[in-house]
Amino acid sequence: MQKDTPIRVMLAKVGLDGHDRGVKVVARALRDAGMDVIYTGLHRTAEEVAMAAVQEDVDVLGISLLSGAHMTIFPKILRTIEDQDSKGIIILGGGVMPDEDVAELKEMGVQEILLQDTPPQEIVSTIRELVAARGPR
Amino acid sequence: MTTAAPTSSRALVEDVRRGKVSAIARLISRTEASPDAVGDALAEIHRHTGRAHIVGITGVPGSGKSTLIAQLCRQVRDGGRKVAVVAVDPTSPFSGGSILGDRVRMSELNSDPDTFIRSMATRGNLGGLSRATLPAVDILDAAGFDIVIIETVGVGQDEVDVVRAAHTTVVASAPGLGDDIQAIKAGVLEIADIHVVSKCDRPDANRTISELKAMLTIGMQLSSRMDWRVPVIGTSAVTGEGLDQLLTAIDDHHAKMTETGELDRRRLRIAEMRVLKFAEDMLRDRFENDREGRVQEIAEQVARLELAPEAGARRLLGQIQKEIAS
Repeated sequence: MQKDTPIRVMLAKVGLDGHDRGVKVVARALRDAGMDVIYTGLHRTAEEVAMAAVQEDVDVLGISLLSGAHMTIFPKILRTIEDQDSKGIIILGGGVMPDEDVAELKEMGVQEILLQDTPPQEIVSTIRELVAARGPR
Repeated sequence: MTTAAPTSSRALVEDVRRGKVSAIARLISRTEASPDAVGDALAEIHRHTGRAHIVGITGVPGSGKSTLIAQLCRQVRDGGRKVAVVAVDPTSPFSGGSILGDRVRMSELNSDPDTFIRSMATRGNLGGLSRATLPAVDILDAAGFDIVIIETVGVGQDEVDVVRAAHTTVVASAPGLGDDIQAIKAGVLEIADIHVVSKCDRPDANRTISELKAMLTIGMQLSSRMDWRVPVIGTSAVTGEGLDQLLTAIDDHHAKMTETGELDRRRLRIAEMRVLKFAEDMLRDRFENDREGRVQEIAEQVARLELAPEAGARRLLGQIQKEIAS
């Protein structure tokens, strides 16, 4: 019997950015929307987070960044996941980032950037839409 | 986003046996989604299991299981062996969602390909394990991990399933949880092959250790037939104390079980439990598929007091039995 499998999401904080209030609110919102949420805790390296996402085989990897290091961190994450030959992990970014960087990150393969004013419900619906668009894997 | 056609489960099995991380992860996901859909793959995996030492670690919430496991993993890796962890966390009964938090304490292990950690939600399953837990352990066994650790939800009394799923069971306690020790002593304390008292850098740890030892000598010895004195080991995440002792005890227990034939007995017990559990799950799925139809009909008769609940159950099982036989 095929039951509905919850969407698996990993939320991560990378580098020296210690502001985790926002990511915890998002974690709770996603859990309340019926998703499985794996939170990595603070001060992880990009490689650690990417490997963890591969092992957990999450549908979505959400990186919360308020430190301004997004242009160095995202490429490392994308590269590690590609090296591991893991397909179909949707990468999202959240936090504070300039518009021109957002455009460039999307170019690299980050699916969506949800900036600081995004309401939790919109995060939930964005994730649902992206996972539905990706389809089974 | 465009994704290539999903890899076939058969191809995944090949990659799992080669130890490819993303294949192991994907096959576990598919098992969680629907064990039936990957039945053939899991059957193939099952044929290649039997090498790994399966260690269950349990204990009340806050007893330091995740921290202990993170350090134990490092200890195993230092000795050159490969280690995997399946960490089971509870599912919210309200939303069906979960927060799986074990990785917070196991983060340093993440970048090592010979350490594999997988979080899993219970999906409302009782007993502290989820339906996909043991198939996931099989997958990790077949992938060549030497030690596979199952961490169960720390709820106290109802998590003794782990003892029927693992070769060696470790129970973690922490000092200062005196009342909890009282609370669990009827259930969890008895199932331990090894006791750990974590946070033993704290001043009240010795008391907890001696209390445990006293309790064990009173005659709460395991019912197992082999001659094994359940050790009580103090560990500290701060000083690193006791970790080597713990790994030695785990290895000694395995050696002792192999020597005495206890390992084969436990394997048989695990196999039996899994067959029964599967049968139970299959029946439950049938009931749930039928809830609208015949279950409803029988329930109505029971509600009208025309039929006793037990007789209703017999009728339902009789119908299902006929279907299975035909």
